[in-house]
Amino acid sequence: MTHHEYDVVIVGAGGAGMRAALESSQRARTAVLTKLYPTRSHTGAAQGGMAAALANVEDDSAEWHVFDTIKGGDYLVDQDAAEILCHEAIDAVLDLEKMGLPFNRTPDGKVDQRRFGGHTRNHGEAAVRRACYSADRTGHMILQTLYQQCIKQEVEFFNEYYVLDLILDQDPQAAAPGEEVAVAGVVALELSTGDIHTFRAKSVVFATGGAGKVFKTTSNAHTLTGDGMGIALNAGLPLEDMEFFQFHPTGLAGLGILLSEAARGEGGILRNSEGERFMERYAPTIKDLAPRDMVARAMANEVREGRGAGPHKDYVLLDLTHLEPAHIDEKLPDITEFARTYLGVEPYTEPVPVYPTAHYAMGGIPTTVRGEVLRNNTDTVKGLYAAGECACVSVHGANRLGTNSLLDINVFGRRAGIAAAEYAAGLDEAPVLRDDAAARVEAVVTRLLATVGGTGTERVADVRKALQETMDRNVQVFRDATSLEEAQRVVAELKERFKDVAIHDRGRRFNTDLLEAVELGFLLEIAEVVVAGALAREESRGGHYREDFPTRDDENFMHHTMAYATEDGVRLDTKPVVVTKYQPMERKY
Amino acid sequence: MTATAESPAVGEVKAMQVTLRILRTNPEGTADHKPGESYWQEFQVEAHATDRVLDALHKIKWEQDGSLAFRRSCAHGVCGSDAMRINARNRLACKTLLKDLNPAKPIIVEPIKGLPVEKDLIVDMEPFFASYREIMPFLVTTGNAPARERLQSPEDRQRFDDTTKCILCAACTTSCPVFWTDGQYFGPQAIVGAHRFIFDSRDEGQWDRLEILNDKAGVWKCRTAFNCTEACPRGIEVTKAISEVKKVLTTGEI
Repeated sequence: MTHHEYDVVIVGAGGAGMRAALESSQRARTAVLTKLYPTRSHTGAAQGGMAAALANVEDDSAEWHVFDTIKGGDYLVDQDAAEILCHEAIDAVLDLEKMGLPFNRTPDGKVDQRRFGGHTRNHGEAAVRRACYSADRTGHMILQTLYQQCIKQEVEFFNEYYVLDLILDQDPQAAAPGEEVAVAGVVALELSTGDIHTFRAKSVVFATGGAGKVFKTTSNAHTLTGDGMGIALNAGLPLEDMEFFQFHPTGLAGLGILLSEAARGEGGILRNSEGERFMERYAPTIKDLAPRDMVARAMANEVREGRGAGPHKDYVLLDLTHLEPAHIDEKLPDITEFARTYLGVEPYTEPVPVYPTAHYAMGGIPTTVRGEVLRNNTDTVKGLYAAGECACVSVHGANRLGTNSLLDINVFGRRAGIAAAEYAAGLDEAPVLRDDAAARVEAVVTRLLATVGGTGTERVADVRKALQETMDRNVQVFRDATSLEEAQRVVAELKERFKDVAIHDRGRRFNTDLLEAVELGFLLEIAEVVVAGALAREESRGGHYREDFPTRDDENFMHHTMAYATEDGVRLDTKPVVVTKYQPMERKY
Repeated sequence: MTATAESPAVGEVKAMQVTLRILRTNPEGTADHKPGESYWQEFQVEAHATDRVLDALHKIKWEQDGSLAFRRSCAHGVCGSDAMRINARNRLACKTLLKDLNPAKPIIVEPIKGLPVEKDLIVDMEPFFASYREIMPFLVTTGNAPARERLQSPEDRQRFDDTTKCILCAACTTSCPVFWTDGQYFGPQAIVGAHRFIFDSRDEGQWDRLEILNDKAGVWKCRTAFNCTEACPRGIEVTKAISEVKKVLTTGEI
């Protein structure tokens, strides 16, 4: 076992983690621990753009962006956080440009902007061009640019170090309200050797990304297994609003591979088997550019009412055939290549089969607008921060607008990095890491290695597949008490089966078999929280649609969900929504 | 009733038997093989013509042999984790469909060449990233930053578009015969990384970067074998980018 000491440890090297590192490493001794090489992070798969009211191509204002974000999130957004997000958006884009990000340009050389779902002029009048972009590989450019800046700043990376545990100086649930609980460090498994490392730190920033692999059909990478969220939960911290999971309307049918909303921003149209532009019926004003939750529901509804396309009538069509091939090549080169490579469909001449794909967790580790992690509704854990998809500020509420996540990672990654470094600067010493700090991780690794050739009868892949299938079937775009209770029953059963899992790789080095078993443990815990929250929320709001409670119920449910893991299962609590200017209204587009 | 997302199948594709012949290495050894010894192992899996090689590898790992080690993440060709040598060509396992490989014959899968093998299909990427870091892969500017964005015409932006697509998968560098035999050569990726900034109208570090590339380990080692261009899963014209850098060094003009 190796021991390290840093002022700031950042866990995760996607957009939020590296943006935090650029701030923190200028101010404090910083280490970035990442399960992958930084450039493999899923920020790189983001396509369409990053929202900011630069008004480079038409009239726009940050205030309109604030309103769109709140309305898009079905009024579950904390409005103080949305104001920060949208007002700091402009500098966030300009900062990236100055770092070298190759944005597409207007004829006069400014950062070009395009339309995206739910982003409107003057509180909903018409779609506005707010998304700053680089073809359909904006996330790739952000990830590369941030990595390049990290190289320039000589940020210290620990690549392929898988953090498995968070060490606090006391149990946050046992501590009295108002009592100080502080971070002491993290424990990580070095994948190349199998060695366990402890990192003592004054500040820790979690930027570990999403948990899309709880679902089968997802745009998410294999590695997005909710590690950071699961670690927080195990450490006695709550997760917020986990029942709100975004299904992106346009996943490649059957595969879930993301096709950017930019396809519709550039003029693409969704059609059913009758060739009808069905979004005209669901969102008469902005049609195909309605927010994702509404479009995904409309698509699922077309399919179940028998207007799906294809031999099994189980998808709809994304039609780009009226766009000029040169325009497609310039603005949407990657996604059209995905259609060709994976479905053998030529988007110049044929519509592309699409269906909603599990995409983004609106919920996560609850934080303040400074990125400080909350251990209950009001107390923060000293020195602990979170940013990006693993966190919940909450700027996305019940449904995130497209292009607001690349914005989120930059604005709140930066804020978390600054806050973490400043907190570390004011602290003489981090809390002591006890000698047995790594005990839990050692126990997990030892237990799993001992299953090789043992009596365990379950395979990781089988349990994971059963989990993903039940989540796809029961916790989808449409849910009800029956489907959610079924999911709850199956997840509980799978947690039992997981105890009987055996792995096959007895080695220490690059034991990816063991890695997948650990990841599955996190997935099961996240799924349990998602289902519990969805079952308790007897209303429909944003990405959470209950067929048995089809309307929004502000009287009883205008609050965040706070979920805690206890020995008796998930305990749910609520947290008020911060409302500054905008009272809830009916959500029409 | 609830809507389901039971993987809608686009057209019906029949399952078939596919053989994968994988070059394996276990740093800790197995019952039959010494630590670090490389050996071939064959696996049969049931797969569809439209499956990716990555899907077949997952089937092996998840159903037959959990110890098979390889890197992967996004599974659709943008993260660059799973470059490997498939039927003697460098490709991404997640971007190579079985139907493009003649599945009637065994599919040969090896780690990419020229970097130390750590385990099975996993190689040590550090030397590769070290070369990238050496060419100053970041925008260099002087003077005060403007209040708003730096202006750049669409034409100037287009000038370096091709090399911005690089995902650092190492398929190009590890397909290069010079890289295999010459321990000093940066490899094509580092030159691609430099090209992306040398031809960026906003950059002012191009001459420092060119000086690094003019070094004996730099662009002049390239023998224009075109392997790199063929290997690039992003369709970057790597050899062309290298020639453009050579031309700047010869003419002194960007």
